[in-house]
Amino acid sequence: MKKVWVNEEWCLGCHLCEYNCAYANSGITDMVKALKGKKINPRIRIEESDSINFAVQCRHCDDPICVKSCISGALSQNDGLITIDQSKCVGCFTCVMACPYGCIMPSDDGPMQKCELCTKNGTEPLCVKGCPNNAIVFEER
Amino acid sequence: MVREFVSPQNFVPSDFEVVRNSDRCIACRVCERQCANEVHWFDADAQKLFSDETKCVNCHRCVSMCPTRALKIVKNDDTYRPSANWTQPVIDQVIRQSGTGGALLSSMGNPEKYPIYWDKILINASQVTNPSIDPLREPMETKVFLGKKPSKIERDSDGNVINNLDPQLQLDVPVMFSAMSYGAISYNAHKSLAMAATELGTYYNTGEGGLHKDFYQYGPNTIVQVASGRFGVFQDYLEAGAAIEIKIGQGAKPGIGGHLPGAKVTVDVSQTRMIPMGSDAISPAPHHDIYSIEDLRQLVFTLKEATAYKKPIIVKVAAVHNVAAIASGIARGGADIIVIDGFRGGTGAAPTRIRDSVGIPIELALASVDQRLRDEGIRNNISLVVGGSIRNSADIVKAVALGADAVYIGTAALIALGCHQCRNCHGGKCNWGIATQRADLVKRLNPEIGAKRLVNLVTAWNNEIKEIMGGMGINSIESLRGNRLMLRGIGLTEKELEILGIKHAGE
Amino acid sequence: MNYVIIGNSTAAVGCIEGIRKVDTKGNITVISDEPHHTYGRPLISYMLLGKTDEEHMKYRPDDFYEKNNVKTILGKKAVKIDKESKSVEIDDGSVVEYDKLLVATGSRPFVPPMAGLDSVEKVFNFMTLDDAHSLEKAIDSDCKVLVIGAGLIGLKCVEGIVDKVKSVQVVDLANRILPSILDEKGSALVQSFLEKEKGIEFTLNDSVAEFKNNTATLKSGKTINFDVLVVAVGVRPNTELISEIGGDVQRGIVVTSKSETSLEDIYAAGDCTVSHNIATDEDQIIAILPNAYLQGEAAGVNMAGGDKSFDNPVPMNAIGFFDYHIITAGAYVGDTYVAGDGQNYKCLFTSDGVLKGFIVIGDVAKAGIYTALVRNKTPLSEVDFELIKDNPQLMAMAKSYRDEKLGGTL
Repeated sequence: MKKVWVNEEWCLGCHLCEYNCAYANSGITDMVKALKGKKINPRIRIEESDSINFAVQCRHCDDPICVKSCISGALSQNDGLITIDQSKCVGCFTCVMACPYGCIMPSDDGPMQKCELCTKNGTEPLCVKGCPNNAIVFEER
Repeated sequence: MVREFVSPQNFVPSDFEVVRNSDRCIACRVCERQCANEVHWFDADAQKLFSDETKCVNCHRCVSMCPTRALKIVKNDDTYRPSANWTQPVIDQVIRQSGTGGALLSSMGNPEKYPIYWDKILINASQVTNPSIDPLREPMETKVFLGKKPSKIERDSDGNVINNLDPQLQLDVPVMFSAMSYGAISYNAHKSLAMAATELGTYYNTGEGGLHKDFYQYGPNTIVQVASGRFGVFQDYLEAGAAIEIKIGQGAKPGIGGHLPGAKVTVDVSQTRMIPMGSDAISPAPHHDIYSIEDLRQLVFTLKEATAYKKPIIVKVAAVHNVAAIASGIARGGADIIVIDGFRGGTGAAPTRIRDSVGIPIELALASVDQRLRDEGIRNNISLVVGGSIRNSADIVKAVALGADAVYIGTAALIALGCHQCRNCHGGKCNWGIATQRADLVKRLNPEIGAKRLVNLVTAWNNEIKEIMGGMGINSIESLRGNRLMLRGIGLTEKELEILGIKHAGE
Repeated sequence: MNYVIIGNSTAAVGCIEGIRKVDTKGNITVISDEPHHTYGRPLISYMLLGKTDEEHMKYRPDDFYEKNNVKTILGKKAVKIDKESKSVEIDDGSVVEYDKLLVATGSRPFVPPMAGLDSVEKVFNFMTLDDAHSLEKAIDSDCKVLVIGAGLIGLKCVEGIVDKVKSVQVVDLANRILPSILDEKGSALVQSFLEKEKGIEFTLNDSVAEFKNNTATLKSGKTINFDVLVVAVGVRPNTELISEIGGDVQRGIVVTSKSETSLEDIYAAGDCTVSHNIATDEDQIIAILPNAYLQGEAAGVNMAGGDKSFDNPVPMNAIGFFDYHIITAGAYVGDTYVAGDGQNYKCLFTSDGVLKGFIVIGDVAKAGIYTALVRNKTPLSEVDFELIKDNPQLMAMAKSYRDEKLGGTL
């Protein structure tokens, strides 16, 4: 399955992926309208230090502990892709407890959110498209 | 802490103004994070970004990165009383020098309003007779061999042909990447050039800064340079490259040496150049062992001897007034290839007055050198490469028709790598990761991307060259070389046409 | 191949999915005394809270059984296993034969003997969907509720009903709330939050001496009047099916890491079993949903002829009240690192060069990174502990770990 992979060496810590993620998942066509004046809550997050930066989002694990821990069956995996049915999620935070990468977090509306590789946004992952330095790539590996 | 303070005596209006469309700005702060000049800053109280345009060099990094296109950089319209003579830059420079007492420093090529002869030369095409060729349907050769060509066929006593061919460089495209030292440009810029040259079947040039140990693997596509500072020159280095280039001069600053500030001499740069870390790297104006053509000949043959006569020796000179006579001397000095660098050639740093006032246009230098070598009957003894502002494929076609075997591109290659020609290489804070040694900036240039863009550019140009050649009914670049009948001048004087060796349009 | 599963909750679903990874054809039969489509059992409090409903509580989609070719016998109870004839007897007298059997019978509420309990009209447990429905019908906005038990179940029940009733009182024998997952500081923080935010009244260090209709008299002499009583003092595993036929049962059914019981072709998983807690190196019942799934899945794979072990059970809990969240895992032994301010609290427990356990309250973002350290027994020598103790982050991991996990390079 194609996944988003991180080339730590090339991450500039510019945070564009976070903004592109928030935009892609906003459901709004215009980025300004989607993000102006808002505090973003992206599904991809940059970790940064003085010399190292990298982006982290759902790894779509082969043996996903989040899916197996989900108390409501809201998280599921199909053909490798882990998605969340927000209508089923009650916000119990068990997935936050389980995810070894810290990649599931509450959405602004309550239920949990996670990277679904933009499959619900009608695009290839926008974080990757907008990355200026190929620090994240979307490919089979 | 107060922001940087400029005294009124030293104040000059900033060249540019940063215009932020606050309707579009989403305060993502990418501009702030990406500007090494610290033009932008976010004020948490106001929840807004502000900018200090006095620090802006107009590299366009922020503009390119802004996801909502909320930024533009415009020319500042703050003005002195207009004068055609005492123009604003002229006055600014006087004010600056009055404040500092120092020479003005600039980077990249001469930006002043001198004639660009490429733009005054037009290319021919076939109509009816000698029909044009469609490069999509018929073979079209742009491969070039650089080096001495034998004047006669020699045979042994049995009548077999003796291979009397001197070492050659094979170029799959008539374009090479010109010398830019590791130090002046970054590791990743060098790696991009090396990877692209390998993929394209051409050559990049180490410049005078030695060859980083990681790049020996690209040796077959590398030209190693020996300049007046002799930085990083040793046996392995000479043997690593496909050819050795002796740098006498550079188009951007003929007659003077170079100075890489100690700040750019990082661990890797110091190891590669074989000098102490943090020490200034001074290249003397002349080679102190070369004061005559005979001295040059000695270095040429020293290098040939050191590499068992297996590698072509290149001599690079700046285009100056008597370049034709110098080229003749170089050809007679035993060099295999001569490089002429025009006065618009780029640099990582040069005194502004030198860059903008010394040297001559490459078009005129090329035409006169080619003519001189032909007149002396030694044109085949040496190949001719030109650089110093080759901007597109048409420039290459014109250069070849004026007599060049191939061209060097430097500035165009840097633009492919992301350079936006802010011409502040000497500041060392290149926001595109090219002319800098700062690790956080260097990583902005991913060589995978850089190499791909270089390959794209040269491939595109090569296809355009084929298209233009096909239009002229020429199917091999060998047949275009020195074919000045394919060129016509426009708006040129008799003297200029005479030097260029071309007729005026309509003739 | 005939697979029979007794139980229809998390471990059973894990087992079905485990079997189908290996064997797409064999017959699977699920027997459960609950009449419902499989549902997320911990969701019952969220249903009362209005965050979900019966439709959305389904643990797997409507077509789950059909898609996995599972025959269901619901609303009927398995009463006996005959290991000789390899069959299960059902309370309607019918018999189902198995080649491989999973016992995933879970647990049942433990109701301690309390004097006068018979006199209380409205008494409820809080384990099943039916319990929740019954409780929901019994309460209204004028109603005073007494909950016996300040553990996970009792307090989730409180969260579910507190806004629907007049008052809630909680009584527990222990000296603090949530004693199984929190330390004293954590208990105090959460207790004060629940008191301040929702006016819940706790009576700790105390227990009911006697009920008389709608009045409870505590050992301390305090009396509490109530309309509805919820008993949530604990659970007992349903182990009888195995113990009756000579299988090894201690506090729960004893199983291997492959979910095998001591009896041939019989597996067990979930709250009815004993697991080996790798954080304490002790056997205990780890009655949490992820454990049930992972045991069930391992059972399923092994029943179908595959090979899967679940080797690293640890207790771990995510629980929250009104968006005030708590995540804990592992064992609370060794040196402690404590941080926090206001409503936030963190305690990390390190021993033998590994993170043994942790408690985070309030800001629980990325706590799973801590959980992974506990579950994987990651040597802290490979981690920048100074960095990670402040904030769970991958920056603190070895670069090789990041390259592998994020960059996909080995």
